[in-house]
Amino acid sequence: MNYFLGLFVSGLTRGSIYALLALGYTMVYGIIELINFAHGEIYMIGAFTALILASVLSIAGLDALSILVIASLVAMIYSAAYGYTMEKIAYKPVRHSQRLSALISAIGMSLFLQNYVRLAQTSNFLPFPALIPRFTFLDLLPFRASSAQFVIFVTTAVVMILLTFLIKFTRIGKSMRAASQDKTMAMLLGVNVNRVISVTFLIGSATAALGGVLISSFTGQINFFIGFMAGIKAFVAAVLGGIGSIPGAVLGSFVLGWTESFGAGYISSDYEDVFAFAILVLILIFKPSGLLGRPENKKV
Amino acid sequence: MCPQATSVQTRPSRYLAYARRSLLVSIWFAILTFPIIVIRANTITGIITWRWHNIGWIIAGTFFGSWIWGYFLERKRLGTRAPAGPLRRRITALRGALDRLKQRPQVARMSVVILVLAVVAFPFLGGMYQTNIMTTALLYVVLGLGLNIIIGLGGMLHIGYIAFYALGAYSYALLNFHFGLNFWLALPIGALVGGLFSLAIGIPVLRLRGDYLAIVTLAFAEITRLVLENWSGLTFGTAGIRNIPRPAIPGIRLTLPQTTTFVYFIMIGLVLLTIFVVNRLENSRIGRQFVAMKEDFIACQAMGVNIARTKLAALGLGGMWAGLVGVVFAARTTFINPASFTVWESIIVLCTVVLGGMGSIPGVITGALVLILVPEYLRAFAQFRMLLFGAILVTMMVFRPGGLIQKRRRAYRITAEEQKVVAESGDLSIQG
Repeated sequence: MNYFLGLFVSGLTRGSIYALLALGYTMVYGIIELINFAHGEIYMIGAFTALILASVLSIAGLDALSILVIASLVAMIYSAAYGYTMEKIAYKPVRHSQRLSALISAIGMSLFLQNYVRLAQTSNFLPFPALIPRFTFLDLLPFRASSAQFVIFVTTAVVMILLTFLIKFTRIGKSMRAASQDKTMAMLLGVNVNRVISVTFLIGSATAALGGVLISSFTGQINFFIGFMAGIKAFVAAVLGGIGSIPGAVLGSFVLGWTESFGAGYISSDYEDVFAFAILVLILIFKPSGLLGRPENKKV
Repeated sequence: MCPQATSVQTRPSRYLAYARRSLLVSIWFAILTFPIIVIRANTITGIITWRWHNIGWIIAGTFFGSWIWGYFLERKRLGTRAPAGPLRRRITALRGALDRLKQRPQVARMSVVILVLAVVAFPFLGGMYQTNIMTTALLYVVLGLGLNIIIGLGGMLHIGYIAFYALGAYSYALLNFHFGLNFWLALPIGALVGGLFSLAIGIPVLRLRGDYLAIVTLAFAEITRLVLENWSGLTFGTAGIRNIPRPAIPGIRLTLPQTTTFVYFIMIGLVLLTIFVVNRLENSRIGRQFVAMKEDFIACQAMGVNIARTKLAALGLGGMWAGLVGVVFAARTTFINPASFTVWESIIVLCTVVLGGMGSIPGVITGALVLILVPEYLRAFAQFRMLLFGAILVTMMVFRPGGLIQKRRRAYRITAEEQKVVAESGDLSIQG
């Protein structure tokens, strides 16, 4: 039973990180129908910015908790700026060309950012400082759960609640929902669609950076290539839940996280990624537009 | 006269505006890249290096970069309405002259002869290294043309194409290891395996469209790679398979350089075969069904095309080529392991198709040659080549989204004579 709970918690942690990343995918997709291939790179840049800042601050002599908070905030701001700039350079000019050109542009951006970090920093793995403080009350639990896992889960929950609030009750959230339903109509009704797209990229990139900082302080090391696989997994999670749907992305992320951790724990850890992809294929065979996706009704 | 006068008047202020914007852009980039470009933190030794000189490069680079970028974006936005400068006029004149030249039969014949001579002479003039690079590029030409059947003709976004390539390579390697099968017999078997596997994964995903299809094909490709990696009993796992025999002619012993040349010519043969088949396919009944399906799914169904069958045909026909060249790949490198078949490889093949021009055969060939040869010759800038490669992809898509050589839509032009015949027959309905 404790083994089961341990796997459950580990799946929950993974799911939380996937959720932070998948949100960006699904929000961007909901509005401009683009698979933002470079989203994983934003996550990686967030982790790197936090690492650099943490090293500078720790020499300045701050304590771990304030370093964590400052580094995460600055990483989120920087990643948001990267996301915003990326959209302006690589996606806005191709918005009206065919879909595949935008995809290739995103792939090019992803390659560029990976190699930019590789050249400017290093191609080796860098140890990421353990910034998350130790909570003693977690030792009382009957199963193993580290404080990093706890922080990751709580942060994700808070971000989800804030985001739901933003989308449901604020003016910009309303514009976002309008733009994702029908861009032209939204424009006619006075929604500044360019601004909505920029805000979407800002929010998506900031949550991705938060995910990057948290997972790096959990796993303890980063390099320039971590964004690629994380990006693909998060994309799988977003599709699993029904791309374009925000609750779907969260649900998909947790389904994916649990599938991986239970598959690896009970069957074989060699085939961990196979389980992730197999669950995707299985769900899409039975529900072709994902768990919570709107069925696609095309009118003639 | 009037427009010229105004342009002279506004020019200095326009340049000033450009300069101001470029300056703002460069300051933005200086702030944006500051932590990653300037500070280098080594968390093992705890040493922090500040590289202030880098910020100068960023400011200078982005200043001019954004100027040029903005200029070309403006040109693109204006399109043909842009006032034609002397350079533009000269280019148009040159293009017209070239077109006239192309129409002469002697010129066409000459260029074919030159092309054939160049292709034949290449391995003898270029040496082994160059021949090897060219063979790799030719492998990608066939892969690109094969994927083009699925994406360019069938309109299905497939990002797991490399899986069939892997299966072709493994089927030769394993059949040779266990049963001593030779290269020539393995070629059709590889093609068959690639095609059948492509069909097999096509059946469950028939209902999926667009991006859902894309991610599922990616998932299948990753599953294939992971199984190849972990099923050590069958595939020897990450260690891979060694000593795969090179292609041979029975009874003749070839030295290594001779084999390289031989493989090059095999690839030339395969490229020609692919071009021939894809070209015939495009104009066949099934090829037109592919295009109809891509252009309008519902209208195509309404016209009585069996969508499921057409989709499967596109997948099967596309997968076949990957399996075929997979065999050549295994035979050429004599060693294969799962690391050669990652998602990035699929993405590169996808890029050759889109960069070259979807659906256009010369486009895909150019795309593959450019995409494989450019990074190879950029080795002088070894460190920066992937960075440049990414930048080139983005730039290409922004300024020429249709690809290098865009597909020309087939259009039937009514000649003057035909028009006369129509007019004389009194049947005006065609003209309307």
